[in-house]
This record gives sequence, structure tokens and C-alpha cells, in this order.
Amino acid sequence: MNYLELLKLASPEAIIAVTALAVLGIGLASTRASGICSFAATLGLALAIGAVTILPQQATLLHGMLVITPLTSLFKIICLALAFFTALLARSDRSSRNPGEYLAMLLLATIGLMLLVGTEELLMIFIGLELTSLSLYIMTAFDKTDVRSAEAGLKYFLFGSTASAFTLFGLSFIYGMSGTTGLAAIGQKLATQPMQPLLFVGILMTLVGLAFKVAAAPFHLWAPDAYQGAPVPSAAFIASGSKVASFVVLGKIVLVGFAPVHGSAAWHAMIAGWSPVLAALAALSILVGNLVALVQTNVRRLLAYSAVAHAGYTLLGLIAGGRDGFSATLFYTTVYAFTLVGAFGVVAMVRRETGGDDLTNFSALSSRSPLLAGCMAVFLLSLAGLPPLAGFFGKFYLFSVALRAGANHGLLWLVALALLGSFISLYYYLIVLKVIFVEEKSQPATSPALSSLGEGGDFLQRVTLAVLAGVVVFFGIMPATLVARIIASLP
Amino acid sequence: MIAWTIYITFAGAVLLLIMPRIFARWIALATTAAGLFTSVIAFFQISIVDLSTFKTIVRVPWVPMLGMNYHLAVDGISLTMILVTGLVAVASVLFSWDVEHRPGEFFFWLLLVVGGSYGVFLSADLFLLFLFYELVIVPKYFLIAIWGSTNKEYGAMKLTLYSFFGGALVFVGIIAAYVTAGSLDLQQLAQFQFTAQLQSWAFPVLFIGFAVLAGIWPLHTWAPTGHVAAPTAGSMLLAGIVMKLGSYAGLRVAMNLFPQGFQMWRVWIAVLAVIGIVYAAGVALRQRDLKFVIGYSSVSHMGFVLLGFASANVLGVSGAVLQMFSHGVIGALLFAVAGRMVYRRTHTRDLDALSDMGLGRALPFAAFSFVIASAASMGIPGFSGFAAEVTILIGAWKAYPLAVWITGTGMVFVAAFTLRALKKSFFGESASEVRTQKGRAPVDADWKEQQGITVRITLSEKCGACLLMFVTLAVGLYPKLLLDRIMPAVEAMRFLK
Repeated sequence: MNYLELLKLASPEAIIAVTALAVLGIGLASTRASGICSFAATLGLALAIGAVTILPQQATLLHGMLVITPLTSLFKIICLALAFFTALLARSDRSSRNPGEYLAMLLLATIGLMLLVGTEELLMIFIGLELTSLSLYIMTAFDKTDVRSAEAGLKYFLFGSTASAFTLFGLSFIYGMSGTTGLAAIGQKLATQPMQPLLFVGILMTLVGLAFKVAAAPFHLWAPDAYQGAPVPSAAFIASGSKVASFVVLGKIVLVGFAPVHGSAAWHAMIAGWSPVLAALAALSILVGNLVALVQTNVRRLLAYSAVAHAGYTLLGLIAGGRDGFSATLFYTTVYAFTLVGAFGVVAMVRRETGGDDLTNFSALSSRSPLLAGCMAVFLLSLAGLPPLAGFFGKFYLFSVALRAGANHGLLWLVALALLGSFISLYYYLIVLKVIFVEEKSQPATSPALSSLGEGGDFLQRVTLAVLAGVVVFFGIMPATLVARIIASLP
Repeated sequence: MIAWTIYITFAGAVLLLIMPRIFARWIALATTAAGLFTSVIAFFQISIVDLSTFKTIVRVPWVPMLGMNYHLAVDGISLTMILVTGLVAVASVLFSWDVEHRPGEFFFWLLLVVGGSYGVFLSADLFLLFLFYELVIVPKYFLIAIWGSTNKEYGAMKLTLYSFFGGALVFVGIIAAYVTAGSLDLQQLAQFQFTAQLQSWAFPVLFIGFAVLAGIWPLHTWAPTGHVAAPTAGSMLLAGIVMKLGSYAGLRVAMNLFPQGFQMWRVWIAVLAVIGIVYAAGVALRQRDLKFVIGYSSVSHMGFVLLGFASANVLGVSGAVLQMFSHGVIGALLFAVAGRMVYRRTHTRDLDALSDMGLGRALPFAAFSFVIASAASMGIPGFSGFAAEVTILIGAWKAYPLAVWITGTGMVFVAAFTLRALKKSFFGESASEVRTQKGRAPVDADWKEQQGITVRITLSEKCGACLLMFVTLAVGLYPKLLLDRIMPAVEAMRFLK
């Protein structure tokens, strides 16, 4: 193996790393260079996307530590695009007094995501998870003027490090049982030997750690505080990029590594394995997320609990298993990520304008800014799963795959539960939209000092939100464009 | 060509968002008129023979990996529904001419409802049908919650949640059909033999899901509150089109895909339909709010549609389709008179208060329209309601004679509450003397009594009312025009064989 080859195949990651250092340097040189920093960061991300597109179709480095397949390339692009939009929205965010450092953290987290997506090796997965998590902890606690941000950072860190410990412990069990850290090799080993209790402990522990990453109940307790307290772009990135990569890696682990111990979650016909575990997580997430979201009065907390519920829906595809199931999960999580970046973008704008993100701050948004209100309507209705938006197709795809899996509609109970959940969810999304569109109170006075802030950045953010809303509508009307790519990229 | 109804309507909706608000109502009128024009042309252009089967007009691959196609088709049933959609859409725009509050948004949501309905009636792909079906939900919410009256946020939320709940049931049924047969194409699915076990549970799930929107008893309670809370155009669309989406889809999807399930359950549909007819008519008899009376009458009339379905013969089902058309027109007319002509001028819909106002003299045109609409609604010969309900009852007689007997008593209630509403609202005998004695009506506080009544009926109202009255008379006098197209299409349906 030569290093030039390595550099060539890891060029997207390398570009991001260099950009992160450059942004850090610019931030050090001048404290006011937020415009240059964010320009450099977005440029770096765009370049990296370009670099991913010229990677070869297939390559394996260091025995599977770093692999390149159509799937990894596609999801590297998606993670980069999410980071790109987050960076655009992070422009002129008041909470970041050191824009250089903030963007550098964002870029480092992105590298972590790319490593997560682009590996089939337990060790590398853990390294990717940690790189992402550590960057995200810092991003969460970044707002030094806000005590909530510190609280959120600490909670996220404590829960996260515990979960990491679980994952690492679980991975060590699996390594001990199978004698290898490559996912495909583990799968082959497990297929030949009978199910052992110790292995099951290992699988369970690994799943606990990953359930934490995707905020599935009962491992979701950090999410509401982190989503509410963190600077808005950080929350957006935790909810989008981190989630997409986690689902990719979770899917790879269970569907490739643990494929022989799939088990069955069918009603009356449960077989031990990881799929009943995931089914329990999904059912609990759907119930807890939706029911608790009903009583939230803060939009960010509401989005957090709805994120828990959506994690539950997304798991349905993995439980169903197979190529179809994985592709449904990947489609859903991708669409969901773009939607949430957009929703958090609107929250950020409202927060800057009115100083808060409670429901009351959104009152009569449609008369203040029709564009923001329209974008928010697109995002929330897509989350609720209404046509012609992407969430509608995503749910249809997921649920039909889940019902098709297992003989005799065995997963019907889970699908019915998910439908009940989305029925409940429509209520709280509509409450937000009611506040935005129906209420007609006079707007709360905005302080003139705030409205003059970064006129250019404001315009750029509006365009970004409009583009994201366009993406959500486009994937709703023409889902085939993304589904075809995902299916083609799956082996 | 008939597919253009969908495109024109959505294009109009997008245009409304771009253009300044002063053009809003004109754009809406032009759009809906173009839709009606297209459907009328298609109605006379497509030969009757072509309408006897569900014939493809557009078919484009959409999501090929999942077998989804953008597939539109038309037969006599869907063409009839397209026609009533066009009529009610034009009329509802004409009756919303006075909307001054955020008119651009108002007509945007209105056109989305209309466009989605066109889509449902033309879809020949289950996913596409479901997409259009769900598309209609949210616009309804905003139409009612923003522009409605009386308890509007409650009514809007209730209606939306009921629709979405029905949608969830439909979702289960659709996916069950899809994963079993491996296709979403309605034409292919109609050939597929589903197992009896699947049909026995999938049919009720699917049919009840759709029937929520058709106001089946006991899941009808969204309809009266929703109709009352909605603005005039909203009530017209709800009664005229949206309730028909449920019954149409129940016929096209649930009954046609699962004929055995239908045979198993149809007696229960008949029971629910008869209860709905009698119960809603009885409740309507006790209402004090004019719109509640009409809202419950809608539930009662939709009960006839379900009874026609349950009869499972050509006559009954054709009558049900004719009733969908007929009630669409009549229901819209009734709500137009109650919501726009009366309520906008008197600011009350309380029957006791109205009976003191002598509206018969103050608003002769409104009184005239309401008499016509009431007569049609009661089923007086010569109007479309008569033709439809008689056809249904003859059909039902063959299947369930007892149901016809009970329904017959129900029809007495229908006549009773219609006449009561008519008399109280327009021909209160006590006129002005009583009014001075006591104001027992919950008239809006800020409204100066009687001031608005003298406002004359506007041209747009007259046009809208005349359009609807003409259609109900024309179909009543010559129902063959529609039945010729409906009956062959019904005969082609699988559950009759």
C-alpha cells in the first residue's frame, strides 16, 4: 500500500481536515473574520463533495478500515451537504463568538461522520463515533453566555460517554467471540456458530450505544435538553448529520455484521435476535416521543421529542431487514435530516428576531415573514407525513417494507403503532402551524439593534431555507431520483 | 384532456402565491371555470362506450422500483364526480367574492382542495390516489381555522384529525393490498384474487377509513362541527366534494378490490347507513343553528349513498353515484344560502332569531334559492335528489326491504327538518313585532341589528346560485344524462359479478 494511494482515496476527508485547520487559523488571525471563515468552510465542503464524486467506484484500504462503495460515496455526499447547509445557517449566529473555532468543530465532526459512513470495521466505527461525539459535545456547549448551553453540553457529554463505554464494551465482546473486527468476517463467523449468551450481551450493548446516537427511547433523555440548549446550528447538525451517519452505521452493523442473528419481531412469532430488540426500541420511541411532544411549548423541545418518534419510525426499515428495508431507512433518514436542518434554520431566524423559541415567539409568523412561515409549513408537514412532501413517501416506503417483511404481515403491530404515532404527531405539528398561520396578534417588538444584524447573511439564510424546502418538496414529488440511487448503491 | 383539470387547478394555486392579492379572486374564478369548462367538454366529448370501463388516459412511470406509476384513468363514475367538483368549485369561488381577509392564501388553499379532489377522482394508481386524498386534509384545516366562524379552531382540528385517522386506516388497507398483490395499479389489482382471509379484515379497515370522510355513522361527528365552523366556501367544498372523496374511494378501491370482503360486511354497511339516515335526520330536527341543520342533513344524505353501495346491485350503486352528484350540488347550494346570503348579512344563524327578521321579504332571492334547494333536498320530484334517492331505494328494496321501510320513515324526518328550517329562517310568521320585544338570539355583539339585511344580493351570488339550481333541475328532469354514463361503469365493477 502506498501513501499516495491512501491520500487519493481519503482526499475528501483530507480536504475537510485542511479546511478545518485553515478556518481555525483565520479565526485566530482575526476575531471579526466570520464572513471569511464561513466562506472558507463552505468552499471546503463544496470541494470535498466534488472530490467524493471523482473517487473510484470500489476500493478497500487497510483490510476494510476504509472502504469506498457507491453507498459510502452517496452518504459522504449527503453528510457533506448537511454540513454545508448547517455552515450556511451558522453564519452570523450570535451565539458563536469565535466563528473560526465553531466552524472548525463542525468540520471535524463532519470528518467523523465520513469515517463512520466509510468503514466496515468495528474499531474504525468506534473512532468515527468518538470523533463526531467529541466535536458535537463542544459545539453543544459552545455558547458561553448561556447557562442552558453549558447544561446541554454537560448532559450530552455524560450520557454520550456512558453510551460510548457501552458500545466499546459490546464491541470487545463481539471481537472476543468472533476473533475479528471486520463486519463481513463477523457475519460469516456468526453464521457458523450457534447463538451464545455472551454474544447476545455484546450485541445488546452495541445497540445501546447506537440507540443513544439516534436518540431512540429509552436512551433519548439527553435529546430534549441538547436540542433546546445548544446553539441552533449545533442542534441542527446533531439532529441531521449525526443521525444519518448513525443510521448508516447501525444498518451496516446489524444487516452485515449481525445478519445471521436477525431473529424475528413478528407478532406471536418472535425469535431472539437483534430485531426484537430494535422493535422494542422503535415501539417505545414512537409512543414516548409522540406522547411527550404533545405537551411541549418550546418548539425546539417539540422537535426533539418528535426526533425520538422519528428514530422509531426509521428503525422499522432495519427491523424489516434486507435491501429494501435498508434502503427505506436510508431514504427516510436522509429526507428527515434535510427537513430538520431546515426546521432548525427557521427556529434560528425566529430566535434571532424575537429572542426566544417558544411557541409564542412563532405567533403570527406568516404575517411577519411569509417565506419563513411557508418553509416551516413545508418542513413540519413533511415530518407529519403529508403529501406531496418527502416525509409522506418516506413513511409509505418504510411502512410498506415493514409490512412486506415477515410472513403473514407479522410486523403489522409495529406498523399500526407507527400509524397511530403519526396520527398523534399531526396534532402537535398542526398546533405549531396554527400559531404561525392562524393567530394574528401584533408582533412582539423587535429591537432595532437586532434587525440590522448581518443583512447579507440574512438573505443568504433565507435562500438556504428556500432551497431546503425545495429539496423536501422535490423528494416528495420525485422520490425516484433518490430511491434509485440508494437502491443501486446497496450491494 | 380531462387530466388538465388537475394541472390547471394546481397551476392556478401556484399563480395565486405569486400574483398580488387584488387579482386573487379573479385568478381563482378563471382557474375553477377552466376546470369546469374542461370537464364539461370532456363530458360531452368522450363517447359513452369509452366510459363503461376505467380507461387509462395518462400512464408514466413514477417510482419504478416500487411499481408506482403516475396513472390517470376515467370512466362514467369518475367523470360524474369531476363534473360536480368543477361545478361546486366555481360556485364556491363565486360565493367567496367578499373574502377580504388574506384572499390570496384563501383561494390558494381552496384550489388545493379542488385540485386534490380532481386528482382522487382520476387516479388509477393506489399510491397516487392516496397522495391526492391526503393532500386535501391540510388545506381544509387552514380554510376553517383562519377564515371560519363559530368555534373554528375546534372544528378545524376535529375535522383534520378525523380525516387523518381515516387516512391511517386507509394506509393499512392500501399497504396490505400492495404487499400482497405486488402492484399499486387499480386496473391490475381489480383482477387480482385476494384470499378471503385478507379480504375479511382488509375490506372493513379500508372501507371504514374512507367512510370516515363520507360521514358514516358513528364517525360522522366531524361533519356538523366542521361544516358549521367553515367559511361558506369551505362548507360548500366539504359537503359538495370532500365527503364524496370518501364515498368514491370506498367504491373504487375498497369495494372493487375486495368483493368478497364487501359481501361479508355489506349488511353492516346497510345497518350503519340506515342508522345514519334516520339518526342524523332526527338530530337535525332539534338543531337551532341553521348550519347545523344542513350539516346533519349532509350526513343523512350521505347515508343514502352508503345504503346504495350496500345494496350491491347496479341500480342501487348507480343511484348512489347519482346521489353523490346530486347532494354535491344541493349541499353546496344550501350552505351557500345559509352561510353567505343569510349569515353574512344577519350575523346570526339561530333559527329563532332568523324567524323574527322576516328574511323572506328582505332577501327574496335568497328565499327563492333556499326553497329550491330545500325542495331538492327533500326529494321532490323534478329535482336531482328525487331521481337519485328513488333509484337507491329501488336498488335497496331488492337487497334489504326492511332497510327501505326504515329509511322511508327517515325521509319523513328529512322533510320535517327541511320544512322547519325553511319556515323558521325565511318565513317566520311573526315578523317585526316579535323582534322588538326581545333579542333572544345570540347575535354577534358588535353588529347593529338589521343594518346589513338590506344589502342586496350581489351578482356573483346570483350567478353561483343560478348555476347550482340549474344543474339540480336539469339532472332532476333528465337524469338519463348522467345515468347513461354511470350505469355501464358500475356494471363493469367486479363486486357485481
